[in-house]
Amino acid sequence: MKKFGLLLLTTLLTVALVFSVAGCTGQKQEQKVLKVGTNATFPPFEMQENNEFTGFDMDLIRAIGEEQGYKVEINHMDFKALIPALGNKKIDAAIAGMSITEERLKSVDFTKAYFNAGLIIAVANNNETIKTTEDLKGKKLAAQNGTIGAAYCDEVKKLDAKTEVRIFDDIGAAFMELEKGGVDAVVNDHPVTAYYLKTTGTSKAKMVGDIFSADDQYGIAIKKGNTETLNMLNEGLDKIKANGKYDEIYKKWF
Amino acid sequence: MPWVEVFGMGILDNIISQNGYQVVLRNLGYFLGGAGYTIFITALSLAIGMVLGLFAGLGKLSANKIIYMLSTAYIDFFRGTPLFVQIFLLYFGILPVLYDNDPVSSAIIVLGLNSGAYIGEIVRAGIQAVDNGQMEAARSLGMNQRQAMTYVILPQAFKIVIPPMINEFIALLKDSSLVSAITVPELMHRGDLVFANTYEATWVFGAIAVIYFVITKTISVIGDNVERRLATD
Repeated sequence: MKKFGLLLLTTLLTVALVFSVAGCTGQKQEQKVLKVGTNATFPPFEMQENNEFTGFDMDLIRAIGEEQGYKVEINHMDFKALIPALGNKKIDAAIAGMSITEERLKSVDFTKAYFNAGLIIAVANNNETIKTTEDLKGKKLAAQNGTIGAAYCDEVKKLDAKTEVRIFDDIGAAFMELEKGGVDAVVNDHPVTAYYLKTTGTSKAKMVGDIFSADDQYGIAIKKGNTETLNMLNEGLDKIKANGKYDEIYKKWF
Repeated sequence: MPWVEVFGMGILDNIISQNGYQVVLRNLGYFLGGAGYTIFITALSLAIGMVLGLFAGLGKLSANKIIYMLSTAYIDFFRGTPLFVQIFLLYFGILPVLYDNDPVSSAIIVLGLNSGAYIGEIVRAGIQAVDNGQMEAARSLGMNQRQAMTYVILPQAFKIVIPPMINEFIALLKDSSLVSAITVPELMHRGDLVFANTYEATWVFGAIAVIYFVITKTISVIGDNVERRLATD
């Protein structure tokens, strides 16, 4: 009886394995597939609603894919895992509100910028002490791991060692920490913070000061040296900018 | 030695020339500091867990219905839901209501509550593993239930629970990596931060894994020694 059970289990596992492998090959369609990585915790650029990836970036990459004859497959992963995932070819492109920086250009290539963001400070509604970036020194700051907001917080800490920097995996958790009073300010990309304040954070937090780091521009990242995908995406970006599709998507989200 | 030359240059030179190696070397002190946090948090939550576990384990054997139900509910909840969920639930939801909670103390509380549930089951099993005759003998000598438990049953159960307790200690130490999500500056969190800026997954997490392993191996060696010493009587 025991042997029979073992046999049954082995058979089931084998069948499952065969089917899953067959499933993989069976899905391969005529259409070329573009595997895209994102971190769907960054509204309004990328988020998950009703089991669907939505947001500005998602619409943008789908429009580019459609224009260029690619089927776009979107995968969610940690923001910090996106660049390594490009490196080991788990994904072909990463679109995740990713700012083009010197540091990142060492590891990946970027398409032309598709969005001009910039950083902003968010503080609790009743906070009157933080008005500008100068006031961040010596305070408790939160940001998302791997973002330029986090890099900025580290810079502030270098200027004043009393500064406490708290780095979360998701920007949502950083905002929660702000609401809870665990940190004084969140440093993050302006459009995302604006969206958070418009939707859930209205009564709890506010933006202060001007948008800074104004040359903070988003690009789509690809593996270094992958010129084929790079050219395809740049071309697609040009096309949707020319035919009005980009403006349409922009208006939908901002 | 010819085998050292397989990569064109010496193996050692090859390793040293790698960016990931430099990253790990540069951050080694930072990582070890994180390991200090990991050990600190684990030790304190284990202490909390042992106290809670002792009460929960005894509670599960209690004839008092209310005590039994409270212990069972506690164990069921903390054993039956993911630790990761508990961390977020308590850190952002429940603890802020009680006090101005910071990541480190919150982590110790959550891990303590969680390990208490597992230790409760270990304690219960340990007590039940002591032969029934021991209780009967103690009672027939005129001890009451509490005396029999304290002086006869628990000392014997203590020896029985050492191996599963070492197991729990190691599991807890590894589980403590989950509190990196609420920015406790422990080993995993520091690895995460360095990884996010260097993209050296293999080197960074390889180093983190080695540090965790050295700590857990040390615990298990100590555990083996304790076990052996107690086994001689």
